[in-house]
Parts: sequence; structure tokens; C-alpha cells
Amino acid sequence: MRIYIDPKIEQRFFRAVLWLFTGVTVFILFFIIFYVLKRGLPVVSLGFLTKNPVEMGKAGGIFSTIVGTVALTVLAILIATPLGVGSAIYLTEYTRENWVTRVIRFGSECLAGIPSIIFGLFGFILFVTKLGLGWSLLSGSLTLAFMILPTIIRTSEEAIRSVPYAYREVSFSLGSTKWQTVTRVVLPSALPGIATGVILGVGRSIGETAAVIFTAGSSLHIPTSLFSSSRTMSVHFYILAREGISMANAYGTAAVLIIAILVINVLAYTLMNKFMRKYC
Amino acid sequence: MNRLERNEKLTRLALLLVAFSAVSILLVITIFIFGEGTPVMFRYGLQKFLFSLDWFPLEKSYGLLPMIIGSLFVTAGALVIGVPLGLACAIVLTEFSSKRLRRILKPIIELLAGIPSVVYGFIGVVILVPFIRDNLGGPGLSVLAASIILGIMILPTIISISIDSLEAVPRTYREGSIALGATRWQTTRMVMFPAAKSGIIASIILGMGRAIGETMAVIMIAGNAATIPRSLLDPVRTLTSNIALEMGYAAGEHREALFATGVILFIIIMVLNTIANLTSKRRTP
Repeated sequence: MRIYIDPKIEQRFFRAVLWLFTGVTVFILFFIIFYVLKRGLPVVSLGFLTKNPVEMGKAGGIFSTIVGTVALTVLAILIATPLGVGSAIYLTEYTRENWVTRVIRFGSECLAGIPSIIFGLFGFILFVTKLGLGWSLLSGSLTLAFMILPTIIRTSEEAIRSVPYAYREVSFSLGSTKWQTVTRVVLPSALPGIATGVILGVGRSIGETAAVIFTAGSSLHIPTSLFSSSRTMSVHFYILAREGISMANAYGTAAVLIIAILVINVLAYTLMNKFMRKYC
Repeated sequence: MNRLERNEKLTRLALLLVAFSAVSILLVITIFIFGEGTPVMFRYGLQKFLFSLDWFPLEKSYGLLPMIIGSLFVTAGALVIGVPLGLACAIVLTEFSSKRLRRILKPIIELLAGIPSVVYGFIGVVILVPFIRDNLGGPGLSVLAASIILGIMILPTIISISIDSLEAVPRTYREGSIALGATRWQTTRMVMFPAAKSGIIASIILGMGRAIGETMAVIMIAGNAATIPRSLLDPVRTLTSNIALEMGYAAGEHREALFATGVILFIIIMVLNTIANLTSKRRTP
């Protein structure tokens, strides 16, 4: 025999459960952020940001790892953006849906799902060993670029697709070629959306550890060329925490990381919002 | 053919080449991982790799079974934690919250995806591991700790893809159901959920992929003993941590065995990706 439950009471119960779960999720997020900031921010000072690590990071600051992170991220973005935006332009402007686009999309989706440790293994064997680049900024940034490529392709494609078709028609009617239309009309209008993808890529590179540690190495020196090994903030944080070198400096590094991620996310979100309001 | 037309043709060709970059990279990665990892597997026999319990690289014994089972355990644990939380968030955001609240909640939840995995691992080490050790016993570094942290880490994947698929259900479905006198919850359970089922399943499979592939957080909290855990409180080593723990010093055949670990991981991930891809492509009428 089935027991009859008033649908209204049932709804009240499940709504409470769902909100409870959502509340738990939001709480976990805030807890992580505040916990790290509360313990880490007191450590962060101008000196912490501008001095190099001393004794493997036991004392001193994190300056060289900030330089390493920025260098690696900028290089990765410089490599991945042209490839990603180019792919997106081809997929949206130069072809119709057919087996070629399906192959390209499937490849990009698979690439997005590959774990970072596999990227690390791959970068290590190809760039570090086979090509003889060693643990270097170049090996690390190529590996990272491959990792963030799918993100940039997907967001750029969405951005380009949401530019109204009328823009293109007007441009064509004025006698411009396809390439002129793409570069002078479509891309400038899609720019904020594309920028969102790039910023998300920056976020992923900054937080990445597994792929970087085996390709860029963990030297604490400030990198001087594309071929110098370098340590990023995430790698530094990992080594400090795992080897118990200095908890205080680990918290400090984590706080800087979290703040960087917060700024990046807010930036990406505002840009995307502006873009959406314009076209959708 | 004039110059302009030729230029257009060249641009198209160049863009086509660029567009194949993702596919080529995928291919190159496959070739290198398999090229480096498979010879050692065939030298000792696939069976030994997949079904032997002994991982003693120094004695040339490369059994991956403890790590395969370890990965499965923590992934199952992550799903137990992540699926209810994730689906609840997705339903609340699409069905039970006002537009304004949603505009605040969605970016906040997306922030979870931005937090670096080392930070999750660290939080696990300083909060979760001592808590488990003091209250439940065992070393703290355990299947349970890894499952909880991984469960949180897969939330953004599950939430964002489930939201997309719930939003893709035509408005008329919901309106029709409400018009028939169903409550919001009945509508969600009997109309929206079945209609969005394929996308929701895909989100769970992709979340599984993320849990299996996660490395740094797991290394920090799972304890990494290369044995099959007997309980939730035992330490565990996953395929990913097996690679990352020993890559630093491995050489020769030992390193090849780590690439072989990578091959197994790669195959699991590709199978999951393909299933997710096929499920989400199957459109509901």
C-alpha cells in the first residue's frame, strides 16, 4: 500500500533539503577562502612579495616564484591564444557542420578532459627529454598552452557565434572579403567574450601544479631566459606544505594565490556580463 | 583567379591547419604516452600489470592493481559526496531560486572551479585529516579524506553541466506541468529531471573523470600506501599519485612503468569522455 503524502508537504521537505545542500556548498567555498586568507594575509607584506625565498623558502619571500608564475602564464597564453582563436574562427566562419568540425570538437573536448598529470608526463618526455629543452620556461609554457587550449577554443567559439549575423551581412554588402569581415567586424565585437576565455586560461595556469612541476622544474632562481627552470607559486606552495618547510610561508603563498584567483574570476565574470548584455 | 581570391583560399587553409591543433596535440600526447608506456607492459605481460598486487619498482615488480582499485574507491567516494550536493545546487539554481539570487549564487559556485587543487589538498591536510584521525581513528590520511575533498572538487563540473542541461529543457514542459497542478518539486522530479537526464548523466561521468585525474590534492591527503585499503580509514594510493610521487627520481624501467600507469589512466579517461560525449549528444525529443 502506498502512503499518500501531501505534495505540498513533500515539496516543503525537498526544498529544505536542496537548500541545505546548496548552503553547505556555498559554506565550504567561503570557509576555504576565509580560512586561507585569515592565516595567510598576516604573513603577506611588501617584503614577502618582493624578496626572494631564502633557505628553500623557510625564510624570505616569494618574489622569484611570482616572476616564474607570470612568465610561464604569459608565454602559455601567447602560444594558446592564436591557436584557440584561429580554431574558433575556422569553426564558426569558414565551415559548416560536417565530419571535420565534429572531429575537431571531439578532439578539443577530449583534450579538455585529460588530467594534468598526463600533460605533465607528456611535456616531460617530449619537451624536457626528447627535444632537450630541459626543465625550462619553454617546456612548461608549451605544456600549459596545450592544457588551456580547449578552454580558449570553446569560449572564443561561443563569443564569435553570439555576434549578430547582420554585422557580417553589412560588412559583406560593403564589398569586404571574408577575412576582412572577420578581422575588422567580427573579432572586435567578440573581443570581450574571447578575453573571458583567455582570463579563465590564466586562472588555470596559475593554479596548475602537476603539469608544471615536471616540465618547468622547481628552481628558486629568477628565470633569465626561456631555457631557465622556474618555480611557480603553486609548485612553491605545494613543496612548502608537503615537505613541511614553513607553514607560515605556505599560508602566505596560498593567500596570494587565492587573491589572484579571486581577482581573475571577478574580471572574467564582469567582462562576460558586459558582453552578454550587449548581444543576448 | 585574382589575388584576393587566392588570399582567401590561403587563409582558409591556414585556419583549417590551426583548427586541427587540438586534435593533433591529442594525437601527439597519445603517441608519446603509449610509446613510452606500452613496451614495458608487453615485456612483463599485461596481466601482471593489471592484476598483480605487488608494486616494488626496485625489484622490477610492477603490479598496478592496488592503484587501480584505489582510484576506483576514491572516485566512488567522491561521487557519493559530489553528486547529491552538485545536483541539489543545480536544481536550486534553475528551479527554486529567484533570478536575483541566482545571479549572485552562480558566480560564487563557479569560483570553486578556480581554487587550485593544491589549496584543496592543503585544506584537507590541515583540517580534514586531523579531524578524521582524532574522531574516527586511523592515520587520518585516508580514502575518506580523499573522497570528501575530491567530492568538493568535482562540484563545479557537475553543477555547471547539469544547469546547462536543465536550462535546455523547453519552457513549455515546465509550464505544462505547473498548469496541470503539479508542484515545483513534482515538476522537477517528474518532468525536468527525466528531460535533462542525458546531460545530467554526462555531468556525473565528467565529474568522475575529474576525480580519477586529480593528482596533487590526492597525494597530500590519501596517505599513498600502495596496498588495497581495507576500510574507509585506510590510506590509499591512486594511479595519478603513483605517477607524481615517483616521477621525481624514477629512471629506466621504473620510469617506463610510471608511463604505463599513465597509459591505464589515459584509457580510463578517454572511455569516460567518449561515454559522456555520446550521452550528451543523444537529444531528448
